[in-house]
Amino acid sequence: MKQLMSGNEAIARGAYEAGAKVAAAYPGTPSTEILENIVEYKDSIYCEWAPNEKVATEVAIGASIAGVRSLAAMKHVGLNVAADPIFTYSYLGVNGGFILVTADDPSMHSSQNEQDNRYYAKFAKMAMVEPSDSQEAKDFVAEAYRISEEFDTPVLYRITTRICHSKGVVELGERTEVEPKKYERNQPKFAATPANARIAHARVEKRLKALEEYANKSPLNKAEYNDNTKIGIVTASVAYQYAKEVFGDTASYLKLGFTYPLPMELIKDFASKFETVYVVEELEPFMEEQMKAAGIKCIGKELIPNLYELNPDVVAKSLLNKESEVKTLDAKVVGRPPVLCPGCPHRGFFYTMSKKKNTVVTSDIGCYTLGGAAPLGATDTCICMGAGFSAGMGMAKAFEATGNDKKVFGVLGDSTFFHSGITGAIDIIYNKGRMVPVVLDNRITGMTGHQENPGTGKTLMGETAVEVDPVEMLKVIGYKTVKVVDPCDLKAMDETVEEAANSKEPYAIVTKRPCVLIKGLPPFKTKCRVVTEKCKKCKMCLKVGCPAVFFKDGASYIDQSMCVGCEVCMQVCKFDAIEKVGE
Amino acid sequence: MSDTKNILLVGVGGQGIILVSKILTAGLMKAGYDVKMSEVHGMAQRGGSVTTQVRYGKKVYSPIIGRGQADILVSFEKMEAVRWIEYLKPDGVVVVNNYEIPSMPVASGKEEYPQGLIESLQEAFETVVVDAAKVAEEIGNIKTQNIVLLGALVKALKLDEIDWEEIIRETIKPKLVDINIKAYNKGKEL
Repeated sequence: MKQLMSGNEAIARGAYEAGAKVAAAYPGTPSTEILENIVEYKDSIYCEWAPNEKVATEVAIGASIAGVRSLAAMKHVGLNVAADPIFTYSYLGVNGGFILVTADDPSMHSSQNEQDNRYYAKFAKMAMVEPSDSQEAKDFVAEAYRISEEFDTPVLYRITTRICHSKGVVELGERTEVEPKKYERNQPKFAATPANARIAHARVEKRLKALEEYANKSPLNKAEYNDNTKIGIVTASVAYQYAKEVFGDTASYLKLGFTYPLPMELIKDFASKFETVYVVEELEPFMEEQMKAAGIKCIGKELIPNLYELNPDVVAKSLLNKESEVKTLDAKVVGRPPVLCPGCPHRGFFYTMSKKKNTVVTSDIGCYTLGGAAPLGATDTCICMGAGFSAGMGMAKAFEATGNDKKVFGVLGDSTFFHSGITGAIDIIYNKGRMVPVVLDNRITGMTGHQENPGTGKTLMGETAVEVDPVEMLKVIGYKTVKVVDPCDLKAMDETVEEAANSKEPYAIVTKRPCVLIKGLPPFKTKCRVVTEKCKKCKMCLKVGCPAVFFKDGASYIDQSMCVGCEVCMQVCKFDAIEKVGE
Repeated sequence: MSDTKNILLVGVGGQGIILVSKILTAGLMKAGYDVKMSEVHGMAQRGGSVTTQVRYGKKVYSPIIGRGQADILVSFEKMEAVRWIEYLKPDGVVVVNNYEIPSMPVASGKEEYPQGLIESLQEAFETVVVDAAKVAEEIGNIKTQNIVLLGALVKALKLDEIDWEEIIRETIKPKLVDINIKAYNKGKEL
């Protein structure tokens, strides 16, 4: 049967067909839909949203040690969080096959950096597989498990946004059940004590040699020769598709699906047949550097940029100096940056903070990143998951040491609190940080499209679960006051922020109000409306940055199809020109 | 690659672009084409600019196109058509919804929504202007704007050999099928 599938759907299908039994992940664009699709096979595969990528990886590692085929999936920066277990698991080797999917995001469509995670394969000395379209994304999973088990190695399954979110035609197969490997206590293999790890490292070096031999004859690496071609292109992942698009049959290709260790003999043999050898790869010169170190003459990043994602245009321009004809218009357009949704519970908090003069707001990764955008502009930093608390702590200490009386508010969401906010919250208590941690609890993992988390009371597989409560956790850690506040009640929000700023005791804030996009919430029965005659055109209501509130024909105006009646704009209006309608 | 056709769909998060590309790709696949589609997720859901690219032909390699390569640009919003116009071939066709969604700089009064966009499109390109909002409202559901535009797209690309009504029936929730088929046919008549 043929089906149109995204790369993420295809990987889920591939894991199903290859007999995987355990899968874990933390959501992160562009990787999220892998587990969202694996749950379709929940009768065959146990799957979970873990609190973070490190936990997800460790869960999958444990399952592999126990003898079943397992998988962990994450976005590229998630692997930074999971780096600790994966480096050591590479030393130990597997029992059941183990795959770690890393979804890189060249061009940073939805990320804070565009790190090239292929280097993790080299760094951790593990095998790497890179599919170039949806069909391969499915098919290569089975071969990756085979490699993992034959060579006793974790496999880094590296994809990028354009593999994850591009759909292509996929021929489906059936599930092959895989007998679990027998589990027996085997400390020399699975306990990474110094004595065992010294032996393991030597084993890993031997494994790399064996893997390179395999790479030279792997079915995942293929040369495609076209007659009378003087150009040879070494390429992998989606860059292969771009090269094919541009060069068609005017070049020959060495298309690599198994990219670490590189099949250097195969590459040397291929390269020797051509006058010119190009390396077409996205981001860093990962293959090129190794090829050059092996003495292969080739051209890569001299011509192809290492910034941002490639496309056929970039490849054609870099290598052939060819550009498509483009007709431009003189018309001016205005930017369309992403914004907090109408009714977003975060708006009330950020509006409150936007009015405060002597504060610093250290923000984090999630919808609340948008609290920094105009017109709210209420945040100072955004680094990584958890840094909203801990970088805030460092700033507070630096201010304290330099006699600066600025007050720091560290901000992150419920899912991020469970991910890596808890440790920062403990640090603030333990090391007497003069700052206020704020959990913006909207009862869901928002930005990635509504995944369950330990606070929502539901698991990925749809079961009811314990609702871990950030308020109780903060109390247990030692915060004397944990103030719960509705962020859309601007008066209460402002009083809470003032009280927190002046508190001598450890004080934490949890704002509670569900994301308006959560399915199954009671319908929004009221809306806000501008009474045009009363509007004094002061534009105060525009300062809350709500997409439903405009200035139109000389007065404020609220789009009734977008408004959900959160009343934040209404509280900001000094002339009672915004009224509630409906009920 | 010469026989591959490129469709670029652009608009604003929440306008139903992904659904249109889903119907489009299902139909093209049924007709025996190799199809690839690429969409931008994530932050785009929060009211940002959204694009999907659909490519079809005998054999499609790249899932995305570069500038100057789209055969047709279907824009669900006026300003988005102009934002993405460089991706259109110089002799390509624009199908544009005569509909404004102010972005945050406009809504907050920092910038003005630009005027004369349709006129400048018409001057430079073969342009089909569709009042999808009006049509959708007339048939009774403003949310069917996207399917009105699908109709206009099918007409512009002359993809009549495909039974789109059947694909709509297979893709859309049963209780919304009839109104969407109406929307599709209205779009084709425009």
